[in-house]
Amino acid sequence: MASIEAFKLEVRSWIEEVLPADLRVGNRKDLPKESLGNWIQALAKRGWITPDWPTEYGGGGLDRKHTAALRAEIKAVRAPTVSSFGTSMLGPTLLEFGTEEQKLEFLPPISRHEVKWCQGYSEPGAGSDLASLQTRAVLEGDEYVINGQKIWTTGADKADWIFCLVRTDPKASKHDGISFILFPMHQPGVEVSPLKLIDGSADFSQVFFDGARAKAKDVIGPVNGGWTVAKRLLQHERSTDGGSEGGLSGAQKETLVDIVKREVGLQDGMLADPAIRQRLAAQELEAKALSLTMRRAGEEARAGQTARDIGSLGKYRWANMIKSEQDIAMTALGTQGLGWDGPGFEDTQLERTRAWLTTRADSIWGGTNEVQLNVIAKRVLKIPE
Amino acid sequence: MGLILSEDQLILRDMAKSFCDEKSPVERMRTLRDTRDAVGFSRELWKEMGELGWIGILFPEAVGGAEMGYGELGVVLAECGRVLAPEPFISTVLLGGNAVLLGGSEPLRKDLLPGVCSGDRILALAFQERGRFAPYAVETAATRDGSGYRIRGEKQFVLDGHVADQIVTVARTAGSAGDRDGLTLFVIDADAPGVSALRTEMVDGRNAARITFDNAVVDAARVLGEVDGGADILDPVFDRATIGLCSEMLGSFEEAFERTLEYLKTREQFGVKIGTFQGLRHRAAQMFGELEFARSVVYDAQSSIDDGREDVAECASGAKARCSDVANLIGGEAVQMHGGIGMTDEEEIGLFFKRLKAAEFTLGDAIYHRNRYASLRGY
Ligand SMILES: Cc1cc2nc3c(=O)[nH]c(=O)nc-3n(C[C@H](O)[C@H](O)[C@H](O)COP(=O)(O)OP(=O)(O)OC[C@H]3O[C@@H](n4cnc5c(N)ncnc54)[C@H](O)[C@@H]3O)c2cc1C
Repeated sequence: MASIEAFKLEVRSWIEEVLPADLRVGNRKDLPKESLGNWIQALAKRGWITPDWPTEYGGGGLDRKHTAALRAEIKAVRAPTVSSFGTSMLGPTLLEFGTEEQKLEFLPPISRHEVKWCQGYSEPGAGSDLASLQTRAVLEGDEYVINGQKIWTTGADKADWIFCLVRTDPKASKHDGISFILFPMHQPGVEVSPLKLIDGSADFSQVFFDGARAKAKDVIGPVNGGWTVAKRLLQHERSTDGGSEGGLSGAQKETLVDIVKREVGLQDGMLADPAIRQRLAAQELEAKALSLTMRRAGEEARAGQTARDIGSLGKYRWANMIKSEQDIAMTALGTQGLGWDGPGFEDTQLERTRAWLTTRADSIWGGTNEVQLNVIAKRVLKIPE
Repeated sequence: MGLILSEDQLILRDMAKSFCDEKSPVERMRTLRDTRDAVGFSRELWKEMGELGWIGILFPEAVGGAEMGYGELGVVLAECGRVLAPEPFISTVLLGGNAVLLGGSEPLRKDLLPGVCSGDRILALAFQERGRFAPYAVETAATRDGSGYRIRGEKQFVLDGHVADQIVTVARTAGSAGDRDGLTLFVIDADAPGVSALRTEMVDGRNAARITFDNAVVDAARVLGEVDGGADILDPVFDRATIGLCSEMLGSFEEAFERTLEYLKTREQFGVKIGTFQGLRHRAAQMFGELEFARSVVYDAQSSIDDGREDVAECASGAKARCSDVANLIGGEAVQMHGGIGMTDEEEIGLFFKRLKAAEFTLGDAIYHRNRYASLRGY
């Protein structure tokens, strides 16, 4: 592999060649479609949507250092990043639990960003207590027939395929009768009904299965052994964002510091409100400490030192950090942060209202904050229950 | 260092750990306190630490030091924090020693630092004049007198000030209280005429003193750094000392947390271990999180000095802001989760609680350091 420095230079000149100017604005929702499509194709061609996957599955075959260097270069020019249920959750899980055949079938389309996946875990009666799920799958010949309901399924209305937890042995104890199975969404037995969220969007749905069909060969891991696979995928889900620094995600161009400075004002170089000043400093320090902690955990693991499972802690602190970032921005904006629609508000202010609402979900999805604390107490601190 | 301990640092940690466990269990600190020991720490143990090279970790080889970094010193300090060892690292190494190292002329360094490294010489830094940490709020006055200066004023919370051989004193040569300019640092012999020390016993069993300067005379050659420019030395000294203090606090956090966790796993009420109660489990998880975050920022702050980074001040204030809050959280929760026994003098957890409160206020609390961080960040 090329030296890191040489590799960085290569990436830089490649970016200059393929990245359209109108994309250098970060991960925004309103990116020009054609430019975005070209960028994704360029990434896919080199396997750089999933740079650390092996090349035979469509990845870039890069080691950790080169992957990090690539990501840093892409971030430095504020190019949009491509990440999905497929790249960040299902892919890594398949790499570990899939058969060779399954990997060759499912991974390359993910690495080319061609197939959209959704996550069929939660049900109306099975949220935090996920293992009590009731959706049934019964084997008929070489197919499973699936009946039941999922809920809160993000992106279900746009998804091509679902990775789904189903009960294949209703007589076994609750963790032992579950299988992890893949099947297409576009088929007669699947009905999707979007739900409207408090931020006004309709990102997640109820999904009804009425005789939906899955190929028996598309069970990942052993039949009735899906719980282990499911849990590993949750670890990937929790680590997806746990490591990222804050930074008012989404379409926002301003940093939190910019907003607070502008709205609160400076006197003699200090924010005019000492209480908000304290909160802002605490917020910046929390974001920094979180990213240092995730980095340290990585370094510990690589050095073979006592690596504690820090995933739940990271998810928990990340969720709180993201939420309080919006809270501070809202406090700075005051009633101008309460606009819902129409005239009287700037776009950035309306976006703020929505972002504040959207981020309330961060302490709920992927295991609620309370569940993360349960996991830390039990698995990390090993306090008997 | 990076964010993890190197092989060498791990070895040093194990050495320091067995040394502290063997020679300095928490009981020793209690005895020093209960007997109102005149020194307040053990001079013999301090010298042993000198022989092991720990006192001199930061100092150049030329003056008898080991020329290593805050990563190494932090490992030793954390182990001291685990057993609440009251030996004078903060006064002699982090404050007084650093002031001489960063601001002293060549002759002054040669004169003072070898004794520091061997454990024979105790130094103190006299800066504070009121309860809340405010580094430039100095009224103690130094007025020119012939080839030297006359010092008048009173200092408080001078760590180990009652046993120090030299007291590095912050005095005002120009301007008025609160100004950053106009401060000067003087190395004053503790037995010089006009210097008197009143030992003050603190809640954590450690020593501090009120030092009165009543026209004490000091030679101009005993100035550290520039006249009127003392803050240029003082700022980095405080940053370094703050980071070192945080390393010590980290060790106390670990020990107080581990003891509390153990208690949750053994104490029974309502026929079950109290650790089965979710209210306590969640709070234990919170403490764990704070401890992990504190470790990250302390290690990062240590490396900011060792790697010669530009952001030492931000790291120091960031680390102390967090460690001060964590001191409150872990110290308070440790006592609370021990119930009645946590309130007794006999149970050692209370000693950790008290030390952590003192450490919280030493060199600035969380509010001070968040304000300073905000200033450094331009808001
Ligand atoms: C934006 C968003 C997107 C989502 N996307 C998906 C998706 O794509 N696919 C999918 O399968 N699911 C998805 N979810 C569902 C999510 O995983 C669940 O909402 C979550 O696991 C909580 O389950 P629940 O909603 O049933 O709440 P409940 O489990 O009913 O929890 C209600 C409250 O009780 C608390 N609680 C529950 N059990 C305990 C306990 N043992 N100890 C202490 N407190 C407890 C919870 O913390 C919570 O505060 C999404 C959720 C959101 C908000």
